[in-house]
Amino acid sequence: MTETVLPFAILAYLLALLLCGVRLLRGPSAEDRVLALDTLYVVALALIAALSIALGHPFNFEGVLAIAMLGFVGTVAAALYLLRVKGGSNADVG
Amino acid sequence: MPMWADICVAVLLIVGALAALIGTWGMLRLPDFMTRLHAPTKAATLGAGCALAALALRFYFVEGGSSLRYLIPLGFVFVTAPVSAHMLARAWRARHPVTPKPDPAMPSASP
Repeated sequence: MTETVLPFAILAYLLALLLCGVRLLRGPSAEDRVLALDTLYVVALALIAALSIALGHPFNFEGVLAIAMLGFVGTVAAALYLLRVKGGSNADVG
Repeated sequence: MPMWADICVAVLLIVGALAALIGTWGMLRLPDFMTRLHAPTKAATLGAGCALAALALRFYFVEGGSSLRYLIPLGFVFVTAPVSAHMLARAWRARHPVTPKPDPAMPSASP
């Protein structure tokens, strides 16, 4: 039953990645782009998990751990940078 | 792999894929940054959590129930997603401060 479901799940995760990319390119403010990157890495985690199930062996398990940690650290670093930018919403960061 | 675990993995994959799709669709369509923040922090986190739970359940039975280490990224995502969303909301509020509007229902108390 899992083998029947897997292609649809992988396709849906790929479509979600595409929607994240659209928001990443369009996003009117810098926070929108950071949010799109945050969602992008979370969905990429799910896609790697689905691909590991499809391949039948958890080759990418360490990759999942590394993406989870580095994505979180990157999001918090970008949010702290935006928090400390002087000049309010007129600051030239996007 | 028992039948019930197979069914659970399939249901988790479908629910997770639909949740991730709904979350990113909301992030694309909603009008304001705070509403755009609200959509993926719940739905996309649920989607990734369902996929990682499916991974944990699948390889728990494939490897003969030897270890629970596949639950590590699940717990990590569930702990860190609200923290990053909170940081983003704080950054947005710092750069776009709220200007309080006078309440028409209240009489002007200040002279």
